[in-house]
Amino acid sequence: MPPTPLTFTLNGQTLYLQDVSPSMTLLRYLQQSDRTGTKEGCGDGDCGACTVAILGQDANGNPQYQAMNSCLIPLGAIAGRHIVTVEGLTVEGLAESELHPVQAAMVATGGSQCGYCTPGFIMSLFAAYYEGKVDDLSVEGNLCRCTGYLPIRRAAQAVMQEQAARGSIAAPGDRFATALSQAPVSLPPLDYRSVTQQFYRPTHLQILLELLQQHPQATLLAGGTDLGLDMSHDRRSFPLLISLEAIPELQAIEQTDTQVEIGAAVPLSRIETQLHGLFPALDEMLHWFAARQVRNRATLGGNIGTASPIGDLPPVLLALDATLQLASLQGTRRVAIADFFTGYRQTILQPGEVIVSIQIPQTLFPGAVRRISNSYKVGKRGTDDISIVAAAFTIDLDEGDRIHHARLAYGGVAATPIRAIAVENWLLGKPWSLDTVQQAKPLLQEVFTPLTDLRGSAAYRKRLVANLFEKFFVEESS
Amino acid sequence: MNHRRSHESAVGHVTGKAIYTDEQRPLLGMLSIYPVIAPHAHARITRLDTAAAYEVPGLVRVLTAADVPGVNDTGAIVQDEVLFPTDTVSYWGQAVAWAVAETETAARLAAAKVQVEYEPLPPILTIQDAIATQNFHTSPQVIRRGAPQSALETAELRLTGEVEMNGQDHFYLETQASWVIPDGEGHYQVYSSTQHPTETQLIVARVLGITSNQVTVTCLRMGGGFGGKETQANPFACVAAIAAQITGRPVRVKLNRQHDMMLTGKRHGFLGQYQVGFTRQGLITALDVDLYADGGWSLDLSPPVLMRAMVHIDNAYYIPNLEVRGQIARTHKASNTAFRGFGGPQGMIVIEEIIDRIARTLKLSPELVRERNFYHGSGETNTTHYGQEIADNRIQRVWQEAQMNAQFLERKLAIAQFNSTHAYQKRAIAITPVKFGISFNKIQYNQAGALLLIYTDGSIQLNHGGTEMGQGLHTKMLQVAARTLGVSLSRFRMMPTSTDKVPNTSATAASSGSDLNGQAVKDACETIKARLAPIAAQLLLLLPDEIPQINGKSSEADLLQELIFAEDTIRSRTYPDRQVSFEAVVKQAYCDRISLSATGYYRTPNLSWNPETGKGNPFYYFAYGAAVSEVEVDGFTGTFKLRQVDIVHDVGESLNPLIDQGQVEGGFVQGMGWLTMEELVWDNQGRLRTDAPSTYKIPTISEIPEHFQVHLLERASQPGVIYGSKAVGEPPFMLAMSVREAIRGAIAAFSPPSLEPDHIPLPSPATPEAILMTLEALQQNASSEVLVKPWLIIENR
Ligand SMILES: Cc1cc2nc3c(=O)[nH]c(=O)nc-3n(C[C@H](O)[C@H](O)[C@H](O)COP(=O)(O)OP(=O)(O)OC[C@H]3O[C@@H](n4cnc5c(N)ncnc54)[C@H](O)[C@@H]3O)c2cc1C
Ligand code: FES
Ligand code: FES
Repeated sequence: MPPTPLTFTLNGQTLYLQDVSPSMTLLRYLQQSDRTGTKEGCGDGDCGACTVAILGQDANGNPQYQAMNSCLIPLGAIAGRHIVTVEGLTVEGLAESELHPVQAAMVATGGSQCGYCTPGFIMSLFAAYYEGKVDDLSVEGNLCRCTGYLPIRRAAQAVMQEQAARGSIAAPGDRFATALSQAPVSLPPLDYRSVTQQFYRPTHLQILLELLQQHPQATLLAGGTDLGLDMSHDRRSFPLLISLEAIPELQAIEQTDTQVEIGAAVPLSRIETQLHGLFPALDEMLHWFAARQVRNRATLGGNIGTASPIGDLPPVLLALDATLQLASLQGTRRVAIADFFTGYRQTILQPGEVIVSIQIPQTLFPGAVRRISNSYKVGKRGTDDISIVAAAFTIDLDEGDRIHHARLAYGGVAATPIRAIAVENWLLGKPWSLDTVQQAKPLLQEVFTPLTDLRGSAAYRKRLVANLFEKFFVEESS
Repeated sequence: MNHRRSHESAVGHVTGKAIYTDEQRPLLGMLSIYPVIAPHAHARITRLDTAAAYEVPGLVRVLTAADVPGVNDTGAIVQDEVLFPTDTVSYWGQAVAWAVAETETAARLAAAKVQVEYEPLPPILTIQDAIATQNFHTSPQVIRRGAPQSALETAELRLTGEVEMNGQDHFYLETQASWVIPDGEGHYQVYSSTQHPTETQLIVARVLGITSNQVTVTCLRMGGGFGGKETQANPFACVAAIAAQITGRPVRVKLNRQHDMMLTGKRHGFLGQYQVGFTRQGLITALDVDLYADGGWSLDLSPPVLMRAMVHIDNAYYIPNLEVRGQIARTHKASNTAFRGFGGPQGMIVIEEIIDRIARTLKLSPELVRERNFYHGSGETNTTHYGQEIADNRIQRVWQEAQMNAQFLERKLAIAQFNSTHAYQKRAIAITPVKFGISFNKIQYNQAGALLLIYTDGSIQLNHGGTEMGQGLHTKMLQVAARTLGVSLSRFRMMPTSTDKVPNTSATAASSGSDLNGQAVKDACETIKARLAPIAAQLLLLLPDEIPQINGKSSEADLLQELIFAEDTIRSRTYPDRQVSFEAVVKQAYCDRISLSATGYYRTPNLSWNPETGKGNPFYYFAYGAAVSEVEVDGFTGTFKLRQVDIVHDVGESLNPLIDQGQVEGGFVQGMGWLTMEELVWDNQGRLRTDAPSTYKIPTISEIPEHFQVHLLERASQPGVIYGSKAVGEPPFMLAMSVREAIRGAIAAFSPPSLEPDHIPLPSPATPEAILMTLEALQQNASSEVLVKPWLIIENR
């Protein structure tokens, strides 16, 4: 029997690929098959020139076009999916009048100069178009060195006006809107082999755990926004990849009165919309986390799984006393996030074990009456940058406005995401006042010994550790 | 003429169908190349062994210095830029060999197997190190006016100081790319993403040891250039050409982003040391400046970059006594090169810093001191330090208009109000002027050519010497040709820039693309018009005595005056009902055996420059602009938000307002990136650590304020320039100085009004860290120089 091909739909045409590397990025595949509309500006997920639209699901499970960086998505991860690239927006031999509305708007406003970034912008705008919300945030993950973005903003505004005037997102007969309404939503299982590589996409947790038991050396692939960098730059080989994208337990968000449970493989953009308003610290951090294309792929489990000291969400989870549900064939366990990281890029995760979900309690610390919580991120650039320092704070107050419970958590200041436990303890029982905060500042400056690197000096980081806490106080009490 | 016409390739851009160098259909048997990179900034090569690379399947050849058939050098001005280093490595990342293979992957794997041994030597990594060891590329340049030394001694007040500024990566979205296709008969077709096809042709020929006529260089279009492809495309085209020559097969190269950032030169970092004398009213009476440019390992274009910094040290200000000395530091870094503004911004930053300091010292508002020092009147007070009178001084005009549009004074009051009620966030507004000289300083570059080919069906191919990198040059050239010939744009096909169509071209640089090529295109069109006119007259049955005579003009001029070329027809002015279609005239011309192709040519008149004395009229004219920026700085983190920008910019009578506005907006944002977030960091081994967009941050859309107004100066036609227009590529870049000055103002506002510091030594780029540390240093009343290093050298991890 011939091996199963890797199958996906590209601009409406189903492709069957034999013996391609499942870790080859979609961008590389497009280039090698002479589809040069999609551009490469970095191969790092940072410039957006490679943006394509992939059919995924919105928070309600409805099909939705989502902008993604094709330089970070391996072919294995797009098996069974529908992809639209810039070539798919128009038909061969078209007249100018047949441009897609987002293309026409970009032409009219002068939204392209050298044009190299343009296909990426078009695909970001395209995906946003069918959400009916085309704005700056839609193209935050697209760099343009020529235009200064103003004509692109004008194009976005023109598209929004056109939709408002029409009173509907798409014009009647829009073939992409039609395709959307007929799209399949669930991902099929996958067992694909090339000569040297294997790619599994199980659809049951039990099967995942069995696979992991058999192949403890397998690489777990969630959104691939971290692993994708190694694939894009051929930094290592991936003999065996297991995708976490089709396992229901890892894809669910469950909400009860007391807690929220987030599947480890839920993309951040879904968390962003579905949990909006529940945890200010999470909302705020997600807003500053990468850009649209990455958030459409990146997962909470992946952010924890990288165990990076500059991951932005672990400080938030630390500040909210989150717990992790881990599972292996040997059983499941629940651990506090504070106990999860053991050293630089090291965790308590055992071979064969996977993060299933993350639970965030919704209740105040017993005895408290009011909670103040928020998060902060400082980078060289406000948008889509890696943190110099990230911080998340939770302060629960008692009836007398005294500090009853404190969590001060940071990223970028130590080998792991970390809490300033000594200062948390020092704060307990003290009044929540500027005076208290200012007394805490010198202590905070000294809790960590951060490093100097290309993003910032140790001295700057130390100041941020203290200043961000004061900023939190000032902004939350005004 | 469709004035606001979109970019001629706009539909190609938005559909992804516009083809760039490396996106052409690959050719059969095409090879790829990949560099072997030196992991030292300065080292002796003690051994280079390629044997192991040949074990990689698909490897065809490893190229080393021994394979260079001609001259092993790609230097543009002087030959000091070895292509394959033989004994010494001069910067971290320098390619010491290149692998040529069937695929890029094979080339990469093979390159990794080339064994090179080095004996590390101590590198020079900063301008300061170069000064300490007197490591300079050239002897010092000097421009002097008046008697700066004695004027300094007698000045009412004096200040001494230093400004240092970082370089900038071009970050064009399309990295360096070249294809070389040998024809098997000793000729090479080069496709290169180059701003200077003629120079690429010359250097490829030199490296191959053949003559220029054997090499054709074509630039389809570039995915951005900004100066970064003026000389930097050459080495890669050369290596591909050698590979093509040796293997007889087509060869492609496109750098990955990391290699592009590591291997290619950037904007020059500069150090300025000044002494300034001024009056209590804030009038500058004397200025003495040393400018040091970080040239990197080879000379490249550093001398003209330095010179442009020296002739822009005045920006818009009359300085009666001035001496500026310039030196090019030789450091072990990639060779710094052209970048939008070409040294101008670095010179102007220095004077803006000085003016701000004078203002703060005197407790005057910076805008008042700026205004007091403007060039004005005529003669001496309107003449630059290099002796050029500013013929059409529009500084006051753009200045007044920008203040008015921005409601500067009202907002300044509102900001003071805001600041008095906000302890942790401070706002400030600043306005800065730009005066920028237009023309290449090197006079011979101020020439251009064009080639117009009309076919018998009336369709036209247009060629000119300029390259398209997004700036809209091709669009403007089409507009010029269509307007001159009186035909519609749809008749034209704009041809890729190619050295076999227009030879001996200048780089598309110095903002001069439209000025020079526009005149050449117009010239070609007028030649054709003159040839078509008699034929049209015949077809219109116009007899010689029916043509009104204009005193003193030739009958040819009379005829051209009588005929109106418009809307794809030619008609008689005197007998408007007589008209004939453009096609009919073209067909008849062919039948009458009249040539339907013509070259066009232009050289800029009235330029002079004496490099010895640093005097002359190097600029045909000046471009002007003024920008008002408002920022808010967060005192906890040092982060800032750009709240509002209002710009007035002088583009003359715009050929295309859509394109010109795009240049102003794009230039400003690029300048803002340079001054606030784009930080190049090298480690103490000389390795660039910010070699990807994950670490090197250019602005995104979210850094652009909601309110961003660009107003093109009205009634601003520039005499003697193509259809009254003005150059627009570079000048707007420097409008971003207003952001830096506004940040400085906001930092000052953290001190109580009575205690505002009289010197705010803000590092450049003004990153959040730089801002916070400056704030802190000022509050502790310490010198911030101790704490703040603009681009700190980090430990090698
Ligand atoms: C352009 C760009 C911008 C970025 N910006 C940010 C940012 O602002 N802040 C930030 O914190 N990060 C950022 N990142 C990093 C990255 O996006 C995040 O770390 C993301 O959360 C990773 O999730 P993923 O699903 O893509 O992980 P993947 O790449 O799929 O996996 C990452 C690691 O986690 C492991 N893993 C994944 N899921 C599980 C699981 N359920 N159980 C056990 N192990 C698992 C994988 O095996 C792998 O080792 C950025 C990345 C890019 C490319
Ligand atoms: S190529 Fe830059 S984000 Fe993919
Ligand atoms: S148009 Fe050139 S990078 Fe955007």
